[in-house]
Amino acid sequence: MKPLFAGLLLATICFTGQAASVSDSIKTIRAVGPEGQGNAAAAKAWQSLAQADAAALPKILRAMNGASPLAANWLRAAVDTIAGRGEKLPQKAMLDFLSDQKQEPRARRLAFELIQNANPKLAENLIPGLINDPSVELRRDAVARVIDSGAKLQAAKQTDGAIQAYRKALDAARDIDQIKAATTALRQLKQEVDLPRHFGFLMHWNVIGPFDNTERKGFATVFPPEKKIDLTASYPGKAGKVAWSEFITADEYGMVDINKAYPGPGDGLKEVTAFAYTEYTAAEARSAQLRLGCKNAWKIWHNGQLVFSRDEYHRGMRIDQYQLDINLAKGRNTFLVKLCQNEQEQSWTKQWQFQLRVCDATGTAILASNRPPTPETGTDNSGNNPTPGRRPRN
Amino acid sequence: MKQTLIALTFALSLTAQAEDWTQFRGPRGNGVSADKNLPTTLKDSSLKWSVTLPGRGLSGALVLGEHVIVTCSSGPTQSRLHVLAVNAKDGSVAWHRQFWATGRTMCHAKTSVAAPTPCSDGKNIYAVFSSNDVICLDLKGNLQWLRGLTADYANVSNSLGMSSSPVVTGETLIVQVENDSESYTLGLNKHNGINRWRLDRPKAANWTSPVLLKTGLVALQSKDGIDAIRAEDGSNAWSYENGASTIPSSALLNGVLYIPSHGITALKMNDADAANTPKQLWQSGRLQPGTASPIIIGNKVFTANKAGVLTTGNTQTGERGWQLRLKGPFSATPIAAGDYLYFVNEAGLIQIVDTTAEEGEVTGKLDLGDQILGSPAVGGGALYVRSNRKLYKVSR
Repeated sequence: MKPLFAGLLLATICFTGQAASVSDSIKTIRAVGPEGQGNAAAAKAWQSLAQADAAALPKILRAMNGASPLAANWLRAAVDTIAGRGEKLPQKAMLDFLSDQKQEPRARRLAFELIQNANPKLAENLIPGLINDPSVELRRDAVARVIDSGAKLQAAKQTDGAIQAYRKALDAARDIDQIKAATTALRQLKQEVDLPRHFGFLMHWNVIGPFDNTERKGFATVFPPEKKIDLTASYPGKAGKVAWSEFITADEYGMVDINKAYPGPGDGLKEVTAFAYTEYTAAEARSAQLRLGCKNAWKIWHNGQLVFSRDEYHRGMRIDQYQLDINLAKGRNTFLVKLCQNEQEQSWTKQWQFQLRVCDATGTAILASNRPPTPETGTDNSGNNPTPGRRPRN
Repeated sequence: MKQTLIALTFALSLTAQAEDWTQFRGPRGNGVSADKNLPTTLKDSSLKWSVTLPGRGLSGALVLGEHVIVTCSSGPTQSRLHVLAVNAKDGSVAWHRQFWATGRTMCHAKTSVAAPTPCSDGKNIYAVFSSNDVICLDLKGNLQWLRGLTADYANVSNSLGMSSSPVVTGETLIVQVENDSESYTLGLNKHNGINRWRLDRPKAANWTSPVLLKTGLVALQSKDGIDAIRAEDGSNAWSYENGASTIPSSALLNGVLYIPSHGITALKMNDADAANTPKQLWQSGRLQPGTASPIIIGNKVFTANKAGVLTTGNTQTGERGWQLRLKGPFSATPIAAGDYLYFVNEAGLIQIVDTTAEEGEVTGKLDLGDQILGSPAVGGGALYVRSNRKLYKVSR
């Protein structure tokens, strides 16, 4: 009995020792800060952590919850290194971790991929159940599978089934390419899709301008709307008095084209600044993201507080180009966007526009409780378009 | 006898080091390889292997001993970053590390988040991505340190994508993250990634890469020209202020820096100390590099324009010599070995040019049939070319 007891004691000590080491290493790595602070200590801790056996993987994955993006990468590299040694995965613990939706979404995806490498068939069977998972990376495979099933049903002329599949995919999709794929398929089947609502784009605005932006100085200039919002006020603008006016976009992707707000030359106004303002009623106080696409210089305020600004012109734009964390207040929230247009004359520099939506961290729209119906037609005062922009009806 | 053996071992190790392809445009940063065994003609069997990569990229590969190092980005927004080591012999994966981008990943559809070529000091690999993530791994893939420069400096980014490749010299890793907004070059302690210095740079998008003038002295190119910077503290040694391109980078050979400025401008480094102000040798508007950077063999400097026309210039005078129409367009900077230039066009056509022929001559072609935007790497008598999908090995 004595040797057995001693062996058990030694095994317990070793296990506890390793667990402590893993915990200490994780703690050190999670302490990495900005500008490389803590890197030297983290490097030593990482060397120790990477020596852990596969049984430590769920613990390391759990440590990603609440870790900074940099710390999460340190931990991820340790997971890759440990898993790369090919030891047997603690499958049940990994599955438990995967099923815990409170854990860090990307860490759960990583767990899924490790399970997939070890047991492809098991992973394959898990995919359908992930279609509404809070991890966007996890639901992507499930959405792709439903889109594929819709295509097969469509090819087999089972239109109702195909529509049902595409609707299911669209409801679940958060990646832009999958949203577009499901929307295109539904419209081919003559189905209506309200994309602005799906994304949560803000469509109703008040705009004022143009103010000056000669030599790009308008970006730093504090204009009256930056001090106070008074929708009845008028101010000196670049070429005379300017006042607020209602602006509605009917664009599929919520594009607020400021060139349509004012009469002007066909290639748009140059060296100008404008502001767009809207109010939004939140059903509850909660964390949220503002997601902006814009190729002009811009600033954005939420409830009077500057959220972020960027002075880059005409390097491109896309949906969700900038993802800005905010805390919505219950009830009335205000958003003010400052938009600067520069002096460039090339054809690709005429755009003076942005698109803005409110969503959660997964990209799921958070709709205002007072959101009006998606507009069918938008404002166009430019005089350059024979027909104003209309939203597709199907 | 013992001393002879030590000297021989040292010489052999230097030779082995010299054959490594350690950064954008190779160990000397000018695209010139010392490899004497590259093919000068090509046939289908010159393609030894190709392997599928886990993501996109136009960064050039490194060749470090038996491993070819490649960076990639994957996912619907290219937010997954990859660094992998491939065995040069057979294309199998030796190790593969993945990270999550901490900075913005938006870029023009033609480029990708894995645009900058990594660099190595022979001990570690320094990988930089367009998201401004800087990752240091040892040669076995063990993480040494990380930085997320956009996490530290929130407006360091370019919506078209960043592409400047880092260089490492002495104790410092130089990372040029220049853009229209918050524009810097950083000197990072190569051992832990902490700033040794941070330099304000012109507020303008810049896709060029730093050039090592000598140990501890780096040429930073921008729209304003060239700034020679001491790597130790970021101080300025000299500047050339007559403007320069923001896409093709300068190249240094035999003490002359060939700058894409008003065509090509040649600056002769001070013989005694490249840290002293150089002398302008010549300037030629008839040598117009497109996206690919200039390259030099012997007494000829070569540029390829956007149409695919290869133009030669005399390195002493800038006088234009022969021109040869190649099949372009080129994004990838060519490499040179012996008297030959190795081009890969955007459609994946490798073209070898014998520069000793009277008007230049294409001696070898091989069509990879894949979009190639990154400069080739060289090692062990082979060219390594990567696309958005694959890594190719081409040799005799």
